[in-house]
Amino acid sequence: MRHHLILRVITKLLVGAIMLFAFYVQFHGDFSPGGGFQAGVIMAVAFILYGLVFSLHNVQRVLPPWLVHKLVALGVLIYAGTGVVSMFLGYTFLDYGSFVPSHPSSGQHYGILAVELGVGVTVTAVMVAIYYAFAGRPPRLSDEEW
Amino acid sequence: MLVLTAVAVVRMRSLFAIAMLSGVFSLLSALLFITLDAVDVAFTEAAVGAGISAVLVLGTLALTSRFEKPTKRSPALPLFVVMVTGAALIYGTLDMPNLGSADAPAQLHVGPDYLERSVEEIDIPNVVTSILASYRGFDTLGETAVVFTAGIGVLMLISGLSRRRRRDDEDDESEEV
Repeated sequence: MRHHLILRVITKLLVGAIMLFAFYVQFHGDFSPGGGFQAGVIMAVAFILYGLVFSLHNVQRVLPPWLVHKLVALGVLIYAGTGVVSMFLGYTFLDYGSFVPSHPSSGQHYGILAVELGVGVTVTAVMVAIYYAFAGRPPRLSDEEW
Repeated sequence: MLVLTAVAVVRMRSLFAIAMLSGVFSLLSALLFITLDAVDVAFTEAAVGAGISAVLVLGTLALTSRFEKPTKRSPALPLFVVMVTGAALIYGTLDMPNLGSADAPAQLHVGPDYLERSVEEIDIPNVVTSILASYRGFDTLGETAVVFTAGIGVLMLISGLSRRRRRDDEDDESEEV
């Protein structure tokens, strides 16, 4: 992909913006449409775009496959862990009111934030891992055939 | 527009164009969801359907071939099955309440309760998020687990991590990309 100058410049500009938008969707999900699932996909798209334009090798230097595989599990752990923490605080599983007992609705805010973070991490990691799995195989089509 | 795109997808042979058109199809359905005021769903559809699945389909395409093989079998039986299924689905919609009618079962069950309590209990403007993450937290945990399991499954099928490692050990360094 040495020759695609325009693609490379535009990608460099876009990747940052896409990631910023992903974080916005992630943490602003309480107030506007969006949440962990959408943000995770958008974040994964940033990595995949980078990988498509600047080769798989370069993107794997930023986000190595072993880390992605750990993150897949970490997201579910964050989600379930939130529930377990609220159990340890003496409430039922996933009862976010437990985090700030004096003011349950702000406890809900923290809980939702943590849970959405878990969803986002898992979705990002799964999407990137699937992309790595597909792109990591030697392609049967050469570049010219497109 | 949706129908046009679907017909084009069926008629085409070039898989690359089909992948792109399915992205267009997703984008159009996202627009449909927006007109129905389901912004969160539209968002997901646009991001997942138009964005990432097109990329993944293209990735698969690079591993297989570019053109669909022409089939020799007659399309009569599949067409019949599709027609019957479609007719059954349309027949099913006859009984459905009108779009947005207040006495639809979907509006009478737990929905009004959530809408009423969300403001004081959760206190965030986006009720979709409060239902998804709080009232329906168990469901969403299950969904996350589904995504997790799907990811693990694809990884095991596609990359064959353990097999590759074993093979690498055998022929020292087989130049991984």
